[in-house]
Amino acid sequence: MYRLTTRTRAGTATEIAVIVLVVAGLALPAVTSRGVIQDLFFILTMLTLAQIWNLLAGYGGLVSVGQQAFVGIGAYAMFAGVILLGWNPVAAILLGGLAALALAVPTAFFAFRLQGAYFAIGTWVIAEVTRLLIAQWKALGGGTGTSLPREATSNIMGTDAIRTLFGVREAAARDILAYWLALALVVAVTGCIYWLLRSRLGLALAAVRDNVDAAQAVGVDVRRLKWAVFLIAAAATGLTGALIFVQTARISPEAAFAVTDWTAYVIFIVVIGGIGTIEGPIVGVLVFFALRSALADYGSWYLMTLGLAAIAVMLFAPKGLWGLISARSGLHLFPVRRRLAGPKIEGGH
Amino acid sequence: MIWLDTLVQGMLLGGLYALFAAGLSLVFGIMRLVNLAHGDLIVFAAYLVLMGVTLLGLSPWVAALIAMPVMFMLGWLLQAAVLNRVLGKDILPPLLVTFGLSVALQNGLLEAFSADSRRIPAGALEGASLDLGLVTVGVMPLMTFASAICAIVALNGLFYHTALGRAFRATSDDAVTAGLMGIEPKRVFAIATGIAMVVVTLAALYLGMRANFDPSIGPARLIYAFEAVIIGGLGSLWGTLAGGIIIGVAQTAGAAVNPEWQILAGHIAFLAVMLLKPRGLFPRAVD
Amino acid sequence: MLLETRALTANYGQFRALFGLDISVAAGECVAIIGANGAGKSTLMRSITGVIRNEAAMVLHRGEPIGALSSAEIMKRGIAMVPEGRRLFASLSVEENLVIGGQARKAPGPWSLEAVYDLFPILRERRKNPGTALSGGQQQMVAIGRALMSNPELLLCDEISLGLAPVVIRDIYAALPKVRESGAAMVLVEQDIGKALAVADRVYCMMEGRVTLVAKTADVTREEIHSAYFGVAA
Repeated sequence: MYRLTTRTRAGTATEIAVIVLVVAGLALPAVTSRGVIQDLFFILTMLTLAQIWNLLAGYGGLVSVGQQAFVGIGAYAMFAGVILLGWNPVAAILLGGLAALALAVPTAFFAFRLQGAYFAIGTWVIAEVTRLLIAQWKALGGGTGTSLPREATSNIMGTDAIRTLFGVREAAARDILAYWLALALVVAVTGCIYWLLRSRLGLALAAVRDNVDAAQAVGVDVRRLKWAVFLIAAAATGLTGALIFVQTARISPEAAFAVTDWTAYVIFIVVIGGIGTIEGPIVGVLVFFALRSALADYGSWYLMTLGLAAIAVMLFAPKGLWGLISARSGLHLFPVRRRLAGPKIEGGH
Repeated sequence: MIWLDTLVQGMLLGGLYALFAAGLSLVFGIMRLVNLAHGDLIVFAAYLVLMGVTLLGLSPWVAALIAMPVMFMLGWLLQAAVLNRVLGKDILPPLLVTFGLSVALQNGLLEAFSADSRRIPAGALEGASLDLGLVTVGVMPLMTFASAICAIVALNGLFYHTALGRAFRATSDDAVTAGLMGIEPKRVFAIATGIAMVVVTLAALYLGMRANFDPSIGPARLIYAFEAVIIGGLGSLWGTLAGGIIIGVAQTAGAAVNPEWQILAGHIAFLAVMLLKPRGLFPRAVD
Repeated sequence: MLLETRALTANYGQFRALFGLDISVAAGECVAIIGANGAGKSTLMRSITGVIRNEAAMVLHRGEPIGALSSAEIMKRGIAMVPEGRRLFASLSVEENLVIGGQARKAPGPWSLEAVYDLFPILRERRKNPGTALSGGQQQMVAIGRALMSNPELLLCDEISLGLAPVVIRDIYAALPKVRESGAAMVLVEQDIGKALAVADRVYCMMEGRVTLVAKTADVTREEIHSAYFGVAA
């Protein structure tokens, strides 16, 4: 009669809204300009990275400051697939995910020996080491970087169909393809995290986050759980990194391993939106983009504002903007908490 | 004798890194606070000294001496107004706040001073060197190393032989019981960060006199400093010096083989130590 | 009155641990607070010393509200604490542990490093040792000495016999009369009823966050204590 469920009315409404949004998103290139598509690509990829970092730090307690390692290695592996192996860029994106996964194994082996703050710095050092090593790779341009060759970018699978479908030029078609892939990736990553948190693994994660020792005592294999989260996050970050650089078609160690772009921004998005919720990064990325658009002409003032905003949020609303909204309205768009469902219990208080 | 020269130059470079790290080590040891803005605070202090030199026409040493109390106050305020509010069991909030501060500081400096490289003029000391027979060493690196040792001796003296140092250690052990002894942990933390900023100013003086700097170089200094602290072991200032020397020697040795490998070699030395001794070379017994 | 609590309440989240306590200690008086595990004795101590903050008027020192002050501010008013579990500072030597007790409040009085060493001579021999290298009884002596170093008007002792061998407890209790002679008022929180009653002028018995008995130790009977302690007639 009674069962545990994470299902709520708001949750079901969200699922329907997501489906509508995705369908609308797929059709969007027919009615909007290339500039809007590029902005949306940027928003979607940043959102993907934010969801992944939120999984790591907000749910897994793994505060990594070195996620740029996986963005960079993913992007470089994609470039290697295209330039050295002659793969199609879209197929080479998968190579990016694999390379990030491969890098994550030694990284985890090393970083999991470190606790708390040491872990954060350890991941950062590994990202630096990876960047410096990649900068030695002369076939991919060494320290100055390189571009995707013309012949590779001109015949990416699917772009011809997009060109005829929307009547756009080749470069715009490539943006549309990248945008669709980004849409697919963000839905897949967010969906996976949502599913993960509602599964038994999510319960174990919550237990570990609340109290490691207690979780261990009731049989949660903390080590394996952390490995799993770290590897999944790394692979997904690698895929995202590869996709980002398919769109830009130009790479350098500085850009691919940029701590500001791939970790600082991402952390700010999660913090401002609300850490430890799926809704938080979504709110955060919208605020981030709005700030970026509003302050685009003011150069470094924009980043300064972002940094100060993150400090203000940590001081005055540690659960972020979504935390404020959720506390006022009681709304949970992506409910992951288990509730007892069944007939009302009489006689209780 | 090239290897001996490499070793000596590396050790002297390690002095600079130890100086970067000493303030970090102090704060880290007392309140387990990870200040990700530490490198940017060093750069900030370097600009403060530079302004004293260019705007007021002071000598770098006098300018640094004036900058020290200013930095002490800023550190005290930062801790009292911001960091004390996010200190707790969860390491994430202070980490995120100092990360935000790091980015804000970098870009504030960029806005104020542009991305141009600057240098604190050191007059005749620049490029001066001493012939020690087997090796020739720069006067500036030698002074850096000596200053690092002086700073560590002074901090250790403070830590182990004064009432304030006793309060530091007691608060680090058990803040609640320290409160029962009439010690305000938050006040102690604010003073500790203030002192760390005085050391930061000393580090900034040498950073600015020895090489060019610009607003973007903070995070790299933070990493070197952190590597030195972690290699040395939490709470051990002499360990921090040893850590700095290991990074410095590794970098110099790496550069001797291939100039592009300088930074990489330092990081790899850090990773190697961490693999062998995850708690550092001289971990404190209690922790 | 030196110290008073008025309708003192304390909560741990949803759980209420103290239900309106009224307790008073006069200058120079020795009060015992007894009660079983979970009666709220330690919560009371934590409330008085500001480890748990309260409404200001719930705790009064010489008539002034101190309930909302920090631990450090309360200590500087001359209320010193020997915390449960001794809580010595691990990175400080025995001597430093003692010195730190008197470093924030410099009040004239009989207690000094020498006076504490005279009270507990063994500590003089071990003064260079780390505080945590001592036996439990010696650690307790350090904790008492540390609190005395500030020459407090009121000494709060939370479970000073807990976990110690009877011989050791006897040695420690043997020192308490000398502490009283120095003029400090005392609050002894104890589970060892006999030991506490032998020293104290008055006794409060607590059960489940409430005071169930207040009496002069000279007048109180075994039966009254029993029924207040266990909640049933003996």
